[in-house]
Amino acid sequence: MAEAAVANRDYPRVYGKVGSLHRERAWALRWAYVSLILASIIFLAPPFYMLVTSIKTNVEMADQSLNPWIVRNPTLEHYWAILSNPIFLTFFKNSIIVTILVVSVTMVISVLAAFALSRMRFWGSQVLATGVFLTYLVPDTLLFIPLYQIVGGLGLLNSIWGLVLVYPTLTVPFCTWIMIGYFASIPKELDEAALIDGATWPQMLTKIFIPVALPGIIAATIFAFTVSWAAFVYPTAFITRPDQMPLTIGIVSQLVRGDTFAWGQIMSGALIAALPPVVVYVFLMDYYIAGLTAGATKG
Amino acid sequence: MAQVSLRKLVKEYEGGVQAVKGIDLDIEDEEFVVLVGPSGCGKSTTLRMIAGLEEITSGEIAIGGDVVNDIPPRDRDIAMVFQNYALYPHMSVYDNISFGLKLRGFTREEIKRRVDNAARILGIGELLERKPKALSGGQRQRVAMGRAIVRDPKVFLFDEPLSNLDAKLRVQMRTEIKQVHQTVRTTTVYVTHDQVEAMTLADRVVVMNHGVIEQVGPPNELYRNPATIFVAGFIGSPAMNMIPARLEQAGGGGLMVQLGEGLSVPVPEERTARYAPHANRDLLFGIRPEHLTEATRIDKQNLAPLTVKLDVIEPMGMETLVHFHIDGTSVCGRVDPAAGAEAGVRMALAAHMEHMHLIDKGSGKVL
Repeated sequence: MAEAAVANRDYPRVYGKVGSLHRERAWALRWAYVSLILASIIFLAPPFYMLVTSIKTNVEMADQSLNPWIVRNPTLEHYWAILSNPIFLTFFKNSIIVTILVVSVTMVISVLAAFALSRMRFWGSQVLATGVFLTYLVPDTLLFIPLYQIVGGLGLLNSIWGLVLVYPTLTVPFCTWIMIGYFASIPKELDEAALIDGATWPQMLTKIFIPVALPGIIAATIFAFTVSWAAFVYPTAFITRPDQMPLTIGIVSQLVRGDTFAWGQIMSGALIAALPPVVVYVFLMDYYIAGLTAGATKG
Repeated sequence: MAQVSLRKLVKEYEGGVQAVKGIDLDIEDEEFVVLVGPSGCGKSTTLRMIAGLEEITSGEIAIGGDVVNDIPPRDRDIAMVFQNYALYPHMSVYDNISFGLKLRGFTREEIKRRVDNAARILGIGELLERKPKALSGGQRQRVAMGRAIVRDPKVFLFDEPLSNLDAKLRVQMRTEIKQVHQTVRTTTVYVTHDQVEAMTLADRVVVMNHGVIEQVGPPNELYRNPATIFVAGFIGSPAMNMIPARLEQAGGGGLMVQLGEGLSVPVPEERTARYAPHANRDLLFGIRPEHLTEATRIDKQNLAPLTVKLDVIEPMGMETLVHFHIDGTSVCGRVDPAAGAEAGVRMALAAHMEHMHLIDKGSGKVL
């Protein structure tokens, strides 16, 4: 009886515990919202400022008495100026060509490399896998001088082909690393089942690994795309001819004349340049998340 | 359909660790052989060597009379079912089952015919369009078996296929595997650590321990006549009791087993000649729990009375397990639920001596 009484007395306390768990969760949520809103403000302020500036007239921009965050007479003149300038379209075209080629080259190399390094156990494969990652740790600001020599030696300075050659040195190691991790999460029995079912190694890669690791491949693709689209140091170093420039340095080199900054066009150009990554993110993220929720790696 | 034979099969890992230490085994056509043993005994390694997933250090594997040592898995004409099913997550059940056939260039009609046949055998006809993630554990296991059946291989290999299932489903799937084997009659090698699975499924059980085969035989043979202390202890649940004992001469040319605490039981006459050379030695007396029953069942020959104080009783419904100690060794018996066993009370038990075993402590051999 005494025991029963004790048990009864404990009952409300058990409920209290549940309640406090609920309260803790509510607080955690509140903190999460506050931090997320703060982070959003910090990260969205620059693009917002770019947008505001890009639709201001030059007169309004120069007037220091006005609030810089507010637009009085919105205009699209800077966008027209940019889009009707053939050299800007050339920058755009160069960026697209370089990015598509770099992403393709990167994904082919890194998927094959990761498959070999993670699945075909061979002498030195572990060391190689680590080595691949270590090369990623060398910053491009250190590499561009020796690479300049190499690209120059190959006669590819002032050509987008020079960029197609050097960008993979940035993208391949990291993408390979991502893919090694992803392939490693695929149960070994899956390849063994495929081997017994009669698959060759290439068939195993194309019919099992690539479909199953699609979320990882998309993540790596997004990374390669971002690096290649936003690269700045290498094109600055290797390209001086406007017709070979990608967007990132084209905008800066053509719209900044001495100490004269064409702010409206710089901002509208930068916003237009930022559009493709946003589109790619939105499009691929859907696939990425769909891939994750499909439990693709669960046997 | 084919025989499988292993000759002096050795698997040695880097660093000199031997997982399989030169085993010999002949598996007949259409036979269902179960490799059983504790983890690390080399059973899975042996299976994987038969599959070609593990390289052979030395020895020889032949399937259907052809040595397959250097033949890759896809050309060995085997099919394997894995513990975690290893279904391709991005493919439907139909595609999973037909994957191997497609790779081998079967026609679409032939593939459909075979998949439908396998689906009918396994009762998964309605699941063919689903993805593996939409299946329960038992359904996934059936699909994995379907993938093996459609290929109509020479040999089925099962690597602990039921370990991921809950207890109830495991029993159900066990029966289904046996039914499938009775239908397709493909030579089967099945690996498990569960001796009940081994006993219920196998035509012959291969008990392995530390990389060697301890004993091969039909389930009941292994149960009745274990060759070693390991097999005696491994097969059967609850395990065989092994009580330190001394074999002594009794009057009239008979033998007595002295169990300690003043308890002794007589060796049946028909065993006297067999055990006589071991008289006056310290041995282990082995007897299964079901051969230690309540004394009221004494209606046969060779029953030796044994009165002990019970420590714990475990009613199982159809029987009651009684636990007691003889000279510090825990012993288990099985009595009728109506026999009135009670913890802390002395009870008259009877040892069915025709089922006794004597085990040599040094060699571990059953005498």
